[in-house]
Amino acid sequence: MVRFENVGLRYGMGPEVLKDITFSIEPRSFQYLTGPSGAGKTTLMRLVLMALQPTRGLVNLFGQDVSRLDAATLTAFRRRMGVVFQDFRLLDHLTLYENVALPLRVLGKDEASYRAEVVELLRWVGLGERMHAVPPVLSGGEKQRAAIARALIGRPELVLADEPTGNVDPALGRRLLRLFMELQSLGTAVVIATHDLGLMELYDAPRLVLADGHLHVDA
Amino acid sequence: MPDAAAHELERHERPLPSNLRRDQPLVPIDNVAGRALMAVIAILTFLAALSAGAAVLAARASEQWRGAVANEMTLQIRPDSRRDIEADIARAATMARAVPGIASVQPVPRSESDKLLEPWLGTGLDLVELPVPRLIVLKLNPGTGPDLAAFREALRREVPSAILDDHRLWIRRLSTMASTIILSGAAVVLLVLAAAALAVAFATRGAMAGSRDSVEVLHLVGADDDFIAREFQSRFVRLGLRGGTIGGIAAILVIALLGLLSSRLGAAPEAEQLQAMFGAFEIGWAGYGAVVLVAMVVAAISGLVSRITVRHHLRALAGGAP
Repeated sequence: MVRFENVGLRYGMGPEVLKDITFSIEPRSFQYLTGPSGAGKTTLMRLVLMALQPTRGLVNLFGQDVSRLDAATLTAFRRRMGVVFQDFRLLDHLTLYENVALPLRVLGKDEASYRAEVVELLRWVGLGERMHAVPPVLSGGEKQRAAIARALIGRPELVLADEPTGNVDPALGRRLLRLFMELQSLGTAVVIATHDLGLMELYDAPRLVLADGHLHVDA
Repeated sequence: MPDAAAHELERHERPLPSNLRRDQPLVPIDNVAGRALMAVIAILTFLAALSAGAAVLAARASEQWRGAVANEMTLQIRPDSRRDIEADIARAATMARAVPGIASVQPVPRSESDKLLEPWLGTGLDLVELPVPRLIVLKLNPGTGPDLAAFREALRREVPSAILDDHRLWIRRLSTMASTIILSGAAVVLLVLAAAALAVAFATRGAMAGSRDSVEVLHLVGADDDFIAREFQSRFVRLGLRGGTIGGIAAILVIALLGLLSSRLGAAPEAEQLQAMFGAFEIGWAGYGAVVLVAMVVAAISGLVSRITVRHHLRALAGGAP
């Protein structure tokens, strides 16, 4: 599904922040991406999302080399992925309902066709009462759950979650983790970037460990 | 969706609220900047619409002048000591009446042609001794062109002291003047439209820079460039339509007000001068149509320019990633 071979990334003329990254994400897999803060977890996720282009190496997504992708295929690939940003990246002027419905709205779907589904998902992540609220009035945990709901609404084949439990209490963190496990059992590949060792101990899965720009797989 | 996990999380069965969507634009545009842009578009539309109205006014007025002047010709009979001027006038008038296409022939009596000289020579003068030329006013049937070359030739043979003036020179000058006014009006409209396009382009760039995060989020949740460009475009078309409508309505009000004032002041000499220049101060349906067209073109330009700017910006973003 995703294959990185000797991928390197540098910003401008600076030093390489990611060096010789080689790993793959298989369909229906579950893995953690871990490492100390600042190790480049978010950068690596942005590479997978094609929000950044590698300065060297090969990135292969859904069987295609991304360096030769046209804009339409890029958009089509992004629609097969769901992403939870560490800083949520909710649009502040939209309600939670509108934020969660965004991936469906950009597909040009009629609002009536997805309304029930979005409301159901919002209730499912415990935000049924808050769907009319705008993000600035929400707590970190609520924003986190809205960001997760937005990543899941399009039924993606791959979910990338950057610190998805970073802003919630341990109990809710465990529930959210179970949600991701459930997704995986239903056929979605899941990558969770976290440095929360406690979380990783709850469910054993391969770990992609980033340190000093290098990555090694800790199975 | 994994239903098994549903019981884990809060779930209430309630009917769906009917007003979930607030129809917010996906790309927020600063309201202050939006209002400022709308004001700029309104002012530019107002100026462009006034220019278009002025051009239409000049076109209509020049048509009236041309119609009035082209339907008339003058025969001038110069005094000649060897000829009887009254006999020449009578002969020329008879010949003119015989020309097809000339509707009426009106020799100007001596007393009236003397009166024409009064402003220059004063009253109380006996002009009998002065060799004053005499005039015959010829009115033409509209739409028919009399054979002037043959008429001139006949006059030259039989009344050599007669000169036929068909006002062609005047008409040419009036046409040139009117065309200059119309072209200037059109040039002003084009300049103003270009200024509006530039204002919208800058505003779009500003909005894009301010919405960089939103644009990235839209991209990452699967929006393509077309979708994002459409979002910006619809916002700017709406601003352009609102600004264009305000400017267009203001221009129509000003033109209507000027028309009202000129008809109220119809008796004053200044107003008479204006009437002589521009005819009735009235631009007609064509003029109002031009104003509405200008407003619509401004709105269309706003949408088009914002779309092109956004596409350009998005391409630059895609190409600029490390």
